[in-house]
Amino acid sequence: MGIGKLLIANRGEIAVRIIRAAQELGIRTVQVHSAADADSLAVKMADEAVLIGPPAAAKSYLKIDAILEAARATGADAVHPGYGFLAENADFADAVVAAGLIWVGPSGQVIRTMGDKVAARTTAQAAGVPVVPGSDGRVDDPEAARAIAESIGFPVMIKAAAGGGGRGIRIAQTVEKFERLMPQASAEAKAAFGDGGLYLEKVIERARHIEVQVLGDGKTAVHCYERECSLQRRRQKVWEEAPSAALSPDQRETLCASAVALAQAVGYSGAGTLEYLFDDVTRQFYFIEMNTRIQVEHPVTEMITGLDLVREMLRIAGGEPLRLRQDQIRLTGHAIEVRICAEDPAQAFRPGPGTISALRVPGGTGVRFDTMLYQGYTVPPFYDSLLGKLIVWDEDRASAIARMRRALGELTVDGLPTTKPLHQLLARDPDVARADFHTRWLEPWLEANAHRLETEDTPE
Amino acid sequence: MTKQILSPLPGTFYRKPAPDKPAFKDVGDAVAVGDVIGLIEVMKSFNEVIADQAGTITGFPTDDEEPVMAGQPLVELS
Repeated sequence: MGIGKLLIANRGEIAVRIIRAAQELGIRTVQVHSAADADSLAVKMADEAVLIGPPAAAKSYLKIDAILEAARATGADAVHPGYGFLAENADFADAVVAAGLIWVGPSGQVIRTMGDKVAARTTAQAAGVPVVPGSDGRVDDPEAARAIAESIGFPVMIKAAAGGGGRGIRIAQTVEKFERLMPQASAEAKAAFGDGGLYLEKVIERARHIEVQVLGDGKTAVHCYERECSLQRRRQKVWEEAPSAALSPDQRETLCASAVALAQAVGYSGAGTLEYLFDDVTRQFYFIEMNTRIQVEHPVTEMITGLDLVREMLRIAGGEPLRLRQDQIRLTGHAIEVRICAEDPAQAFRPGPGTISALRVPGGTGVRFDTMLYQGYTVPPFYDSLLGKLIVWDEDRASAIARMRRALGELTVDGLPTTKPLHQLLARDPDVARADFHTRWLEPWLEANAHRLETEDTPE
Repeated sequence: MTKQILSPLPGTFYRKPAPDKPAFKDVGDAVAVGDVIGLIEVMKSFNEVIADQAGTITGFPTDDEEPVMAGQPLVELS
């Protein structure tokens, strides 16, 4: 069948990214937008634009009825949700299909299954994918709890089954500690939530965040290797790369094969990402969750494989089978992405919307800048702070870091604060150069380097 | 004479600390310098709006959950 006219139910840099892929396939585009985004780059680039509501996302980008009405009014036959907003909303996926439109992504049913932590864990286990060791559901009997704790190994995390937001969590380093903490945790859970039920999970102390990109057509699935996103602040990724420097070729093979097995088990269609924790000490990996959408950091995968993932999504949604066999997807070189956000790293990452008074975009071999900025554009205060993603590719990791330093030196975004100074420091950091990091590396580093972020100006 | 408390930032104005909580202040309430009168959400981060003037609230020229520019009046005091 194929897509004729695509509605983009998103904004910012990813809307621009999707429009580019559609244009190259000869697909016409409809950009829906809030009143605050009337002069956005995506609106300027799309063939048509439809105002769907006021600035607040709840009244525009999250309004399913308004988006479907825009599709009807413009004759769009497909919807791409991007990331964030409604991208992983199974009801939206179902509503798009019920309206007779093509949903660019997996079915509502798959989104629902993989979005539920317990169902995703069970599905992963059934597909033979390792998950973080723990109790399968709640444990009430102290004897049984102790046996489970000993089998998964210490340290063990004790969590309230009814809990959330970190309340009722205790970490036991030894079995003696465990026996003391269990009754306390149970009593606290009972007091806080009216339910003393607990569950247990192994503590992965120094973990890397490694994720596998998959593509599926509903029947078969392939992987496009992994990305490492261990540098995070408040669980937000700030620096992403592909491949991971921590994996041997054998481990890469095993990890990626597990992701394909899980994608295949759920009949996955479109682009998806399976996130894992990788324990540097034991060399074990554990599935944590699946993202059933395109991800912010997808360009690093594109740089090492030469694929256009958004184009593949559009082809698959249009009814084509996977275009490439696994042995046709090759990993070449190394790619790094940094997120350029409108935040001031010298002021506790305070966001700062504003008007772009000057913009100089880096170029040259192996450099890509995905952004929605243009000179004179006013970044609205209503949405997240991502301005663009600077991506570099080179033959190996050390060269890619050098290229990132060079590209950052060329980047000028004036008129608002950006996170460029943070990335300039990271690109010169010896731990980063050795890929000697984990998911809790960056936050203490930021505290230790606060004085340098305050005085940093372009060093190159 | 009418006094005003202005938005320090561009963003979205909230009169309540959370959707299910009562407003920080209502018309007729007394305001002291340093009181929190609302929140401004800027790029998903929430900033308290602190009163820089004292008085009795006579009106809210900007409604709850509405977009605001920096310098836009949020509260009128007498």
